[in-house]
Amino acid sequence: MTTWIPWMIARKELKVIGRKRSIMFYNVGLPLLVAVVFSLEIKNLTASGIPASLQFGAEFIIYLFVLLATVLPSTIAAYSIVGEKVEKTLEPLLATPTTDDEILLGKGIAAFLLPIISTWAAASIFMAASDFILINAGLGYYYFPNWNAGVMLFLLAPLAGVLSIEVAVLASSKVSDVRGANQIAGLMFIPFILILIAAGEGLFTFNVVNLLIFSGIVSIIDVILSVLNKSTFNREEILTKWK
Amino acid sequence: MRNETVSWLFDMIETENLTRKFGDLTAVDNLTLRVDKGEVFGFLGPNGAGKTTTVRMLCCLISKTSGTARVGDYDVGSRENALKIRKIIGLVPDNVGLYESLTAYENLDYYGTLYRRTNSQRKESNEYFLKLLGLWEKRDSLAGSFSKGMKQKLAIARALVHDPEILFMDEPTANLDPESAKTVREFILELKNQKKTIFLNTHNLDEAQRICDRIGILNTRLMAVGTPEELERSIHGRKTVIQLRQLNEPILDALKKLQVKNMVREGNKVTVDVVNPEEENPGMVDAIVAAGGRIETVTVTSSSLEEAYFKLVRENVK
Repeated sequence: MTTWIPWMIARKELKVIGRKRSIMFYNVGLPLLVAVVFSLEIKNLTASGIPASLQFGAEFIIYLFVLLATVLPSTIAAYSIVGEKVEKTLEPLLATPTTDDEILLGKGIAAFLLPIISTWAAASIFMAASDFILINAGLGYYYFPNWNAGVMLFLLAPLAGVLSIEVAVLASSKVSDVRGANQIAGLMFIPFILILIAAGEGLFTFNVVNLLIFSGIVSIIDVILSVLNKSTFNREEILTKWK
Repeated sequence: MRNETVSWLFDMIETENLTRKFGDLTAVDNLTLRVDKGEVFGFLGPNGAGKTTTVRMLCCLISKTSGTARVGDYDVGSRENALKIRKIIGLVPDNVGLYESLTAYENLDYYGTLYRRTNSQRKESNEYFLKLLGLWEKRDSLAGSFSKGMKQKLAIARALVHDPEILFMDEPTANLDPESAKTVREFILELKNQKKTIFLNTHNLDEAQRICDRIGILNTRLMAVGTPEELERSIHGRKTVIQLRQLNEPILDALKKLQVKNMVREGNKVTVDVVNPEEENPGMVDAIVAAGGRIETVTVTSSSLEEAYFKLVRENVK
């Protein structure tokens, strides 16, 4: 594999995505919207002092950014692969001396970078705003950053992003439109939501150990799906079996 | 017969019993052919004849079921050779497959990158092809805004950005209006003048006849291969048509004595099959004149490529 080729593919993908307003809004606008809305929510909650459930509420909101990282990359990955299939651009691409791995990695990088960076940026805005609000409300220390937020944003979110891309690539081989791929990829949102519900019910606690275990499970699934994708994403399969 | 060593030096594409099956369906059946360096080889056949499957096998996009194939100096089949083959070929697929939200220049530049061309090489070839195809003024326009003809030209340029030795073109003029099709054909002829080896899939007989040095007629199996003229002759051979002022029995008897083949009389016109008209016609003319006939015209005709094509394809269906 030539290391710079995937980056060139990713650059092209990002250029194409940059011209699709709906995808850009979804991937950049949505995380920012979440940051603003929940910063205002923190302000409302602290109007009458620091709430007793601050830890649960703050971690709950950070986990929402993890949820964004599970959804957003799949929108780009699905567009990047199914979009090429729909626009019939895959065959000339596959006829170049580019390997399947280079193409898959390039598309993966493009699908990963934009949503993860925008998620991190939005989470940073939220954390900075929250700290400012909480300090002003009388909290005697900076609540963010903390270990839980660090593990969620820098370990679980990227792993969830990779999972999102892997599922989107798998889905892309079975459907003939971007919406279908997104719908299938969206199914992986469910286990992450279940964690949130479990936390709400007191069955799961957002602490470093639990988050590391959860991240470990996600990383194992990432590896398994990556192997599956390598067998699915090859020229023969794409040209003769993909819908 | 060509010397085998010489043939190896000059063949750019060679297949031997190349076969591809999809389950129970045989898409390409024991295809054996050779395409010379600098030759424009036309692959004619109806839809579903296996033309696209053949191109895909030769471009290492799909595997072969059996047989052998060689493109350039590399045998088709291994992963390593697939990458080497893809470096020396260009493909214009039946769907142009351009990135419509990228400009014409960006489309070419992206492919130049994938072919590992340097910045200066890309800049040079992008400008050369865009100017050659009359798209330079539109280089910053999105490919999605182009007409079908412009898109097809851009797709051809894209396949040439790395200066490939062999160009595979799959129905390059299909769905184009006559003017765009003419532009594309003229460009193919320009490439022919540059001695590019071109493998052209088409079902346009006129196009094949005008552009191709040799033509293969495929209907899952290779039915015939040869120059357009050879294919025309292969069906009915050639015919001599003699128009007389007055055709009578003594003249017909004189021709029968020459043991001409398949003599058909139609008014004052007589048609006979000939193998070598340059040698056979003077004898017939002499016989007619000796029998008192007055000849108005002597014409040599052959069957058309269209007739040859339909006969071969229909025979295969039976």
